[in-house]
Amino acid sequence: MNAWSSLFASLFAVIGLVIIALLGVAPAVGLGTLFGVVIPYVAIAVFVIGIVVRILQWAKAPVPFRIPTTCGQAKSLPWIKADNLESPYNIWGVIGRMFLEVVLFRSLFRNTRAEVADGAVVRYASAKWLWLGGILFHYSLLTIVVRHIRFFVEPIPSFVALLSSADGFFEILVPTIFLTDIAFVLAASYLFFRRVFIPHMRYISLANDYFPLFLILGIGITGILMRNVWKVDLLAVKELAMGLFSFHPTVPPGIGSIFFVHLFLVSVLLAYFPFSKLLHAPGVFLSPTRNMANNNRMVRHINPWNYPVKVHTYEEYENDFREKMKEAGIPVEKE
Amino acid sequence: MYNSGKIIIGIIIFLVLATFPFWFNRGVAQAPPKLEVGTQEKQCVESTPFMKANHMKLLVDWRDYVVRDGKREYTSTTGKKFDMSLQNTCMKCHTQKTKFCDRCHDYVEVAPTCWDCHIAPVEPGQAQQAKALRSSN
Repeated sequence: MNAWSSLFASLFAVIGLVIIALLGVAPAVGLGTLFGVVIPYVAIAVFVIGIVVRILQWAKAPVPFRIPTTCGQAKSLPWIKADNLESPYNIWGVIGRMFLEVVLFRSLFRNTRAEVADGAVVRYASAKWLWLGGILFHYSLLTIVVRHIRFFVEPIPSFVALLSSADGFFEILVPTIFLTDIAFVLAASYLFFRRVFIPHMRYISLANDYFPLFLILGIGITGILMRNVWKVDLLAVKELAMGLFSFHPTVPPGIGSIFFVHLFLVSVLLAYFPFSKLLHAPGVFLSPTRNMANNNRMVRHINPWNYPVKVHTYEEYENDFREKMKEAGIPVEKE
Repeated sequence: MYNSGKIIIGIIIFLVLATFPFWFNRGVAQAPPKLEVGTQEKQCVESTPFMKANHMKLLVDWRDYVVRDGKREYTSTTGKKFDMSLQNTCMKCHTQKTKFCDRCHDYVEVAPTCWDCHIAPVEPGQAQQAKALRSSN
């Protein structure tokens, strides 16, 4: 598929999912239990088991070489200043580097853009937009997921209320617009449009890049619509969610279909997660280029798949052929 | 499996976080709260479905009409007229905030800003507490 066909295939796939959910919970069809109970359970099971299986698969792959990517002075002579973050030489360097990578997306922050100026000169410039879009998107997503805990549990932990009140700090409109809702949609839209408008990004974009973006945008937009436009009965929604999480599933009547569209898209995202690029979430922790110390010259690393090799030393060779060697006039070490 | 210690710790952290709502609820689905409407009236200022979905918007509109425009009379879609007042109209029927407003708002963690300005009505149980508090001061 080329760029445009994969874009539209993904778009139509997500629109199709929306239509499936709308048709499924229409009163004439009445598959509320399927979309409200069965599919969410299957999706959660696929998500949790799928990720654990993936991690175990990764853990089974040996990493025979130390292959950290470094961008700083490795530890060598005592009077040369080593850079423990850029070229970690012990566990603390690795932890610091991983922490900054996971929490602040540090390697994305050093992203550069190469461009040819005046026909001959190659120039490099800092390019922070991807980092900004990425970090806004991920932290908004985290905040939104944590805020949703208010529908999942009872009693509601106090940090959820604190987070919601900080998120709705400006009290714009009623119900309050959450800042992360806006940031989430803006950031995800930016991550989408950069794939459309930057020619070389469009060239390398596949359906599996567009599909999760559309899916996530769909989830965000249905969520905002449900909060601020087509209101749903929150008591019934919480009853449904609590039923799921306490293994007493019920589908209370009178929840608007927009909720089931939202829930179905979330279920698809969860089930899609372990088979997609979204696995970078656990994958970042298992990246050998990030999670290893650059200590090749300090520690001997044994290849994990080394097996005992049968060797025949020169001494044994001489023992086998000593007489014949002497006869032929070849010098021997032992008489 | 290589680095099995670290891998297993990582998987356990993931499982604990991912299944948080399951173990936090301990298998108990708390039923949604029942509201004590506290009135014999058949209908609120608008229909019940409208009030359920839009009461917050109605209240904010009322506030703007009263505070900014000085307009106090609300004509509902049924043609009845009401005084736009939280304390004199809404609370006349829904006298008990803790058994009406708070039950839903607490259940889904909504923090309305009504009581930032309005004084929450003193309710039967609270009256004695308030009295005790006043006398101790």
